[in-house]
Amino acid sequence: MSIKVRYFASLKESVGRSEDEMEFAGVISVVDVWKRLNQGGELPENILAAVNMDYVSFDHLVNDYDEVAFFPPVTGG
Amino acid sequence: MEIKILQTPFDPWQEIQQFQQASPDMAGKYGATSIFVGTMRDFNDGDDVKGMTLEHYPGMTEKQLSNIITEAMQKWQILDVLVVHRIGEVFPEDPIVLVAVWSSHRGDAFDVSRYIMEALKSKVPFWKKEILQSETERWVDKNTDGYKK
Repeated sequence: MSIKVRYFASLKESVGRSEDEMEFAGVISVVDVWKRLNQGGELPENILAAVNMDYVSFDHLVNDYDEVAFFPPVTGG
Repeated sequence: MEIKILQTPFDPWQEIQQFQQASPDMAGKYGATSIFVGTMRDFNDGDDVKGMTLEHYPGMTEKQLSNIITEAMQKWQILDVLVVHRIGEVFPEDPIVLVAVWSSHRGDAFDVSRYIMEALKSKVPFWKKEILQSETERWVDKNTDGYKK
């Protein structure tokens, strides 16, 4: 299965890229996606996650073709 | 409802006028229009700020705003909502956000304006990076709670 992963704002700068493509098999959660793409590291503090542009918890399971996003607290308005 | 994400400066008063002119069904029905305009300051956290770059997550921004407005329309009696938000380079005195709410009576117009703004501040994926007078750049790390005194 294949997913697209996107990073925004200060997190995009700290990870040094704006997106990843990831292939996987089996059942994996949002936090597993982060770990696989970021050398097994823990999610930085206060980071938020979305799947297909809806907020999700880190234990949310991802599906084929999902778009997963990680980003810091929002600061619009 | 209308949601506009703009890369260039906008005039909130012109946006309101255009929206009303393009909504003939609403004419004569609204007794209250509540308007919130958020404008860029030239200071933040004790520093002089000379500009800002606003980044967003295209698609999720519109989706979250649409969810927020739909929830408001279900909870309160309102006729229509216009939200305009800037992205890109913004300078002091530039309008950043406009929330305009039309309803028959003032109570719902006031309440929905506040509801949309507070939800936008906490859920809609925009991020501000400030450029200080000293040329230092820094990300704004969080929004303040608008209900906190």
